[in-house]
Amino acid sequence: MVSPDLLPQEPKEAPKRRATAEAMASRQREISVSEFFTKNRHLLGFDNPAKALLTTVKEAVDNALDACEEAGILPEIVVDIKEVGKDRFKVIIEDNGPGIVKAQMAKIFAKLLYGSKFHRLKQSRGQQGIGISAAVLYAQLTTGKPAIITSKIGKGRPAHKIGLRIDTKSNAPDVTSDEIVPWDKEHGTRIELELQAAYRGGRTGVDSYLEQTVVANPHLGLIFDPPKGEPTVYPRASEELPREAKEIKPHPHGVELGMLQMMLSDAPDETIKHVLTDRFSRVSAAVADEICVKAAVGPKMRAGDVHGDELDRLHKALGEVKVMAPSADCVVPIGEDLLKTGLRRRYPKAEFYASSTRPPSVYRGNPFVVEVGLAYGGDMPTDESADVMRFANRVPLQYQPKACAISESVYQTNWKAYEVSQPKGSLPVGPLAVVVHLASVWVPFTSEAKEAVAHYDDLMRELRLAVQECGRKLATYLRAQHKAQSEQKRLGIFQRYIPEVAEALSIILERDKDEIARQFQAALPNFVRLGQTTEGADVAAEEAPPAPSMLPPADSAAPPSMGEPPAGFDNDVSSSEIPAKKPGKSKN
Amino acid sequence: MAAKKTTKTARNEPPPRPKMRPMGQLAPIERQTIEKIDTLARSAVEAVARGENPAMQMKMRALSNVSFNEKKRIIELGDKTQSREFFNTSMARKFMQTFLIANRCKELVGEGKTVSIRQMYYLTKHTLKGTSENTFEGQEESDPIIEDLEVTIDTLREELHLFANKRGLVTGNLVVNDAGDEIDLSKMGRGGWGIPSICEEKELKFVRNDAKFILLVEKQAVWHRLNEDRFWQKQNCILMTSEGQAARGVRRLLQRLSGELKLPVYCLVDNDPWGLYIYSVLKQGSINLAFESMRLAVPNVRFIGMSSLDYEKFDLPSAVEIKLSKEDIQRAQQMKKYPWFADAKWQREIDALLKNGFKMEVDSLLSKSIEFMTEEYLPKKLRDRDYLT
Repeated sequence: MVSPDLLPQEPKEAPKRRATAEAMASRQREISVSEFFTKNRHLLGFDNPAKALLTTVKEAVDNALDACEEAGILPEIVVDIKEVGKDRFKVIIEDNGPGIVKAQMAKIFAKLLYGSKFHRLKQSRGQQGIGISAAVLYAQLTTGKPAIITSKIGKGRPAHKIGLRIDTKSNAPDVTSDEIVPWDKEHGTRIELELQAAYRGGRTGVDSYLEQTVVANPHLGLIFDPPKGEPTVYPRASEELPREAKEIKPHPHGVELGMLQMMLSDAPDETIKHVLTDRFSRVSAAVADEICVKAAVGPKMRAGDVHGDELDRLHKALGEVKVMAPSADCVVPIGEDLLKTGLRRRYPKAEFYASSTRPPSVYRGNPFVVEVGLAYGGDMPTDESADVMRFANRVPLQYQPKACAISESVYQTNWKAYEVSQPKGSLPVGPLAVVVHLASVWVPFTSEAKEAVAHYDDLMRELRLAVQECGRKLATYLRAQHKAQSEQKRLGIFQRYIPEVAEALSIILERDKDEIARQFQAALPNFVRLGQTTEGADVAAEEAPPAPSMLPPADSAAPPSMGEPPAGFDNDVSSSEIPAKKPGKSKN
Repeated sequence: MAAKKTTKTARNEPPPRPKMRPMGQLAPIERQTIEKIDTLARSAVEAVARGENPAMQMKMRALSNVSFNEKKRIIELGDKTQSREFFNTSMARKFMQTFLIANRCKELVGEGKTVSIRQMYYLTKHTLKGTSENTFEGQEESDPIIEDLEVTIDTLREELHLFANKRGLVTGNLVVNDAGDEIDLSKMGRGGWGIPSICEEKELKFVRNDAKFILLVEKQAVWHRLNEDRFWQKQNCILMTSEGQAARGVRRLLQRLSGELKLPVYCLVDNDPWGLYIYSVLKQGSINLAFESMRLAVPNVRFIGMSSLDYEKFDLPSAVEIKLSKEDIQRAQQMKKYPWFADAKWQREIDALLKNGFKMEVDSLLSKSIEFMTEEYLPKKLRDRDYLT
């Protein structure tokens, strides 16, 4: 093949100038966020009608949950979706949260990039303050109808009901109606949107979102009234409100250059050292000095004077300096017990539940906690891939499972080692549901649509460890089950042949057949570990309903314990809540 | 062709209890057999009543428990025993089967009836209640159980009133009495006399013998050829065929003829490892029936052919050659190591087979002429005393 360099080249001509800078300037102007959204709505999860419906519900529910938790209220949420025309739905989401003061109502719902969560480092569902107003905008763009917001902030206070539109040019709210209405709720917020949408089932549907939300939020009471059929009521499964996440200052290892620049320019008159110790977490005076030395900048330099190379050096030094990991109380996991409670809500018939919460860890200065829960058996299909539920700060992630670090951690785990079948490079196959929750101050999503978690090494490692830890618990349970089953099988063999042997012996010896059969039955417990099943059930006593009794009690005489105690409940499970077994214990 | 309608009837009801002859009417050997079965059953019931695992001890019938007795020149079963237990998943089924057979054998002995091992299979086969599992899935499952019972209670098959399908034919200058009927084996026409499965003295007696030796041929077709040519008359012998691997009846008859009538036995098999194996079993017994070697083996049986050396000796055409297969070669190499083939002349014989690289069927002797076997091959071999032992 001839290299392209050797091919005859077109003679190069200077390109013709097509427009002057002045002409171009006449077209250059500010783009409003709303305009941007109109053109790029896919970036925020409104790419198609089905997804738009999901995103709308999701944003509203996430906000409601965040508000309730921040206010210390056990959330009670109603989601009502009505089909009002062809491809048109009315979505009503009502919560019992703290409500919104009248002055903020319009801005929160009808100004993009307005919110309380962007400017602080605190674990919350919403992060950017763009979601719900994007939903309002989407509704407005597709149906022309304003959003109707009702909110009440306390007993005896008025309930305000306003109609809202977004002026897409100025990214400013436009209140179309404003009234005070009677509302029997003490406090809460209700949003009503009419939008073009499609109601779908399946993994990416609203139903699935709500079912999963219920798993990750056992303290949530939810009523879902779908377009068709009866409403589903999920009663609250836990009266325990998640601990409030502490707001933290940025950690030196996680700060980005732009962020650093902003922090410095926020306090232009302070010294660098002061900014470092005051506005970062875990930076003592000594650490600040060390950073300054590394960056070769004077600690007394004015923050406002740090530019160019100095800024770069400072940023680099921040990433390199040895500093304590951020404190973990800014991250709130669901917790092992509540995770199981949540799973039980979604899979009430499973035979085994397990969960593992990892100790907090850090990626790029952001503390995070990974936890994994799983449910096994019961009415789940045995020949399908495991149901993997991904959560980031308790919010279900429903799209892009293939691009997500969480899914990867599940299918990269060798489930065969845990007695679950797994085709090469895929998800495990079996009656299994896996929940993976990533709680972090800043969840590294791969895109603004918050659909998949990015692959950071530290994160991947924790994800894997958590899945493995939980998998080992499952393996312990399944091995005990298999053992019990094989005992059951042995028992079946002996019982199948006893009548035959008894009959032959009775004819040879001219004795009573039933008497001989009884003697065989009586000897049977000496050779089959009948206690095994009972112990298997004991292991999972907390997680599983007792296994059905294996045997009609043969004889009241307690069988002597056979051989070594059942293995399998080894140190693997030290962190689990499996109670210590009691050898020789039998329920017969 | 109209399809034959078969109706399946499940055997759920146990058959009516057998009518035992009073013990007094039984022959001593029959009483003994019944007592052995009773003892076996009683020990099982007693063990289980004590909460123990009911078990029966039987001599192992495996290569690891047989040895070649140089002095007696037979394969003997060793003393290694194995225990067949009920409460053991890999033995429970066989334990059950053993007692099903034992029960039926006691019934047969008590009633004075005899059945074939195939009939025993049907007597004991039925479907287990509430399953699709049968007590026996085939005769290949029940036959070994019968042998197990034989070794377990140290009883012969015929003492259990069982017999195999008869296999093997005989004709020649011998008169026998079988179950009271006198049979002149020189007047058997083209078909010969079928050798019964049980050839014990009680049933089969030798009345008069004029023959000087016995010739056993492996193949029925060869026997037919020789019989048609009246070979036994011309050579004054007894002509037998085992029709392949020799059944117990043939082997027992051969041993008795050899022992009681002091007749030399010659054996004519194909020139291949399988033929050598047939000869070998006749001579010193098999691993599987090592417990019966004493009654079945004929240690002085003479291997008259076909030898690998016959190819040159009789100037056979190359058309008789059949290339040795890989398995043939392996088998031959194995046989070279058998203690009873350790003798130099046997080593030479097997080496010749391997060196030839081909095997030959006895039938191939007909490539010379139809009568070659009768007129030339065998007479010359006998005359030259050209055989191996």
